Amino acid sequence: MTDPFLINLFIFVLACFVGFEVISKVPTTLHTPLMSGANAISGITIVGALAVAGFATDLIPGGQGELWATILGFIAIIMATINVVGGFAVTDRMLEMFKKKDDQ
Amino acid sequence: MNSNPLVPEMLAEYVPVITEILYLIAISMFILGLKRLSSPATARSGNKMAAWAMLIGIVVTLFDQGIVSFEWIIAGIVIGSAIGIALAKKVEMTAMPELVAIFNGFGGGASAVVAGGEYMRLSGVVGTGDSITMAIGVLIGAVTFTGSFIAFGKLKGFVSGSPVMFPGIRVLTVGLFLVVLVEAVMFAMNSGDWLPLVVLAVVALILGILLVIPIGGADMPVVISLLNSYSGLAASAAGFVLNNSLLIVAGALVGASGLILTNIMCVAMNRSLFNVLFGAFGAGESAGPGSTEATGDKTVREAQADDVAVMTAYAQRVIIVPGYGLAVAQAQHACREVGDMLEEKGVDVRYGIHPVAGRMPGHMNVLLAEANVPYDKLFDMEEINSEFSKTDVVLIIGANDVVNPDARENESSPIYGMPILNVDEAKTTVVFKRSLNPGFAGIDNTLFYKENNYMFFGDAKKSLTELISAIKTL
Repeated sequence: MTDPFLINLFIFVLACFVGFEVISKVPTTLHTPLMSGANAISGITIVGALAVAGFATDLIPGGQGELWATILGFIAIIMATINVVGGFAVTDRMLEMFKKKDDQ
Repeated sequence: MNSNPLVPEMLAEYVPVITEILYLIAISMFILGLKRLSSPATARSGNKMAAWAMLIGIVVTLFDQGIVSFEWIIAGIVIGSAIGIALAKKVEMTAMPELVAIFNGFGGGASAVVAGGEYMRLSGVVGTGDSITMAIGVLIGAVTFTGSFIAFGKLKGFVSGSPVMFPGIRVLTVGLFLVVLVEAVMFAMNSGDWLPLVVLAVVALILGILLVIPIGGADMPVVISLLNSYSGLAASAAGFVLNNSLLIVAGALVGASGLILTNIMCVAMNRSLFNVLFGAFGAGESAGPGSTEATGDKTVREAQADDVAVMTAYAQRVIIVPGYGLAVAQAQHACREVGDMLEEKGVDVRYGIHPVAGRMPGHMNVLLAEANVPYDKLFDMEEINSEFSKTDVVLIIGANDVVNPDARENESSPIYGMPILNVDEAKTTVVFKRSLNPGFAGIDNTLFYKENNYMFFGDAKKSLTELISAIKTL
């Protein structure tokens, strides 16, 4: 099992099971924050965007893809950052409003 | 040979191992953070934990040996953060579905670009397996991108809320799917050629529009949940392309979350996912508001603020059932005030919330939390349904179809089988409503004509304000 695709597939399937277990315990009351928080997490793709935008030019001998990679990576970073920063911020704003009777 | 300016040369060889270990820590923190969302008391810290995990993931990646230029990275992060924070700070809670749709779109778009950009970076030197994952990444990401913005437009009213159909849309959609398949195969076969990937991306963008535009505005909660799931899967696909476990796991968690919410919304609306997505493709919306039956001999009992004040203030248990109409009338605060006043008089006040009360899963809970209703007063349908028979008065404010007994009793009703709040089991019900007009779905509500039901006509906010002053004078 040295094929990276197979290893990735294992990771993916197991993570799906973990996700289903953990998230099915989230109560209805928190479903909107769950969605916006999960949304922020899906911005993890920023990690990929960083790699694409900042990669070494001479790793690609004779490649003309470099400029394009930088431009695409830059666009991806902006979109992913909006998703991450905005998502976590608005989730925090929402969760701050959830109070018990005694805390008021 | 360039190398990452952040890492001293002698340490460079340890970076990959340390990176993987820190990724593992970040993954664990994502999972623990989501786990903390299982209670409102710990949820805020859970969200913070996930945010920290994200920061770890980003910082660790910056030490990657391949990254040598930081100008574009810094510029991108600064611009993105400014936009993200501005959106998060100024959004109204009623507009949460729109905001989530936008964020979904950006996340999906970013994943598509990452999968495509990786191809550019490798200058076309990709194996068959990699090119398939790239094609999948671009497809899901691009569909999420345009689909989310159409959903946003429908919620905002820029795009028609009713299902948009034109002749041949079905053939076109299927045809474009085939094009995607063909392009993906072509891309995988001659991995040096970039044209098929570009065509695939463009066609996928069009598909995103075609898939969402025929879906009615009322079904947008399902669509947003599903697109949420897609944005996670797109991130996972990008992770496959980059061989990055952090992306794969985080994306899978989001994918699972979105699917669970999609399912909950479908069950609550008594629809199958297939029916929501492709319902308009079938018979073509036969409903319309024409189904007004002969309401001739049916009578309704009307109540004024004073009557409702007496009913509720001297009751033992009151349940408030809010619907989206409450939020439209901006009456959440007045509603909470009524609840507080009744509690001061010793009445047991609770809120019963139907899963589709808002415009996205859990939306109504957020709207009430914003009005300072304590979350331990909010009960979902399963918890509260057995309580109605022991309740003196139920106040139904801005809700209609979700309390219609026909869904339980009348097999010929279009909403038959939809799970509802059994408010008719209570001793008395009071419906706050502008008029007797049938609701959103154009279905007559038999609750209005029951003997123990009273109609309190008027705008929800105005009626609640009247009720507040009436209770004060008691």
